Amino acid sequence: MCTMIVEKAKVAGSARGAKGWFKLDQVNVSYDHPSNAQFDHAVNLDFVNGAAGLDARVAVELSPESARSLMRAIDAALNRGVAEAGLESGE
Amino acid sequence: MWNQRRTDEFEGMAAEVVTISGHGGDAVSAYLARPAGDGPHPGVVLVHHMPGWDELYREFTRRMADHGFAAICPNLYERFGHGTPEDVAAHARSEGGVADEVAVADFEAAREYLSAQSYCTGKVGIMGTCSGGRHAYLAACLTDGFGAVVDLWGGNVVMPAERLSEKQPTAPIDYTAQLSAPLLGLFGNDDSSPSPEEVDQHEEALKEHGKSYEFHRYDGAGHGFWYYDRPAYRQEQAMDAWNRTIAFFQAHLG
Repeated sequence: MCTMIVEKAKVAGSARGAKGWFKLDQVNVSYDHPSNAQFDHAVNLDFVNGAAGLDARVAVELSPESARSLMRAIDAALNRGVAEAGLESGE
Repeated sequence: MWNQRRTDEFEGMAAEVVTISGHGGDAVSAYLARPAGDGPHPGVVLVHHMPGWDELYREFTRRMADHGFAAICPNLYERFGHGTPEDVAAHARSEGGVADEVAVADFEAAREYLSAQSYCTGKVGIMGTCSGGRHAYLAACLTDGFGAVVDLWGGNVVMPAERLSEKQPTAPIDYTAQLSAPLLGLFGNDDSSPSPEEVDQHEEALKEHGKSYEFHRYDGAGHGFWYYDRPAYRQEQAMDAWNRTIAFFQAHLG
């Protein structure tokens, strides 16, 4: 089905797309049909800059299990940053 | 029927992007394909799926033209900007998709465009897959100009209250009393939306309101079994469904 399930996160950072690096302002996270990954549904991450045109997008399509694995890895890296590199916890 | 054209039969086709006046007078691009010659031919409006106004739908549009229909496929994502179909669809999804009211007005505009052409008989059907199946059904309920409708695995025809939104304020099944055209529904039994139970609910509503319909449900197929570019493709079921779709339109629009 077309779920149209989307969550949005405002972000700061950069992504490297088809035309090189661009600044990011948002990540759209959906659980819906992927364009390329071989699943009926996937966790689709669109790293975008709304002001830079529709092609300012880096697309990642993950299985739900992969998405959870990525979440754990991000969380672990942040926790290590706090413990080992002086990152403020942000909590 | 597939592959039944005689080898000594003339064939030709014209295909191009045209502009129609859609919801609110918006200029909306539409892919138009029609058999060569004066016709007149019955018409079909094709409603693209969530992945957008893409190469697959241009092929589908040409296929309908190849089988004798003046076929038109409006770009439902026109208002989300232009780029590759994937980039546009991703942006449309992030904005919650197209409002039902806008979509139905665009289909009506596409129907009127076809009807006004000398090569069209004025008898026009509508078909769509996935979200497009839902949209096609909605259009056949909320307007009365379509002569036949084909809903291919349209999800969210049955919608619980918590799934309704500003853009989708009413479940299409609730408009069933207003359905103004004979309906062909084609579904995969392994689909989760519409699930077989939701297809049952839809069928009950059609019976309750005395509507003309045919439902065919395929074992061994899930959602999107026409899409040869996706792992969901199921050759046997897809070919049967194409033949049923074309035969249905020929019977009701011919």
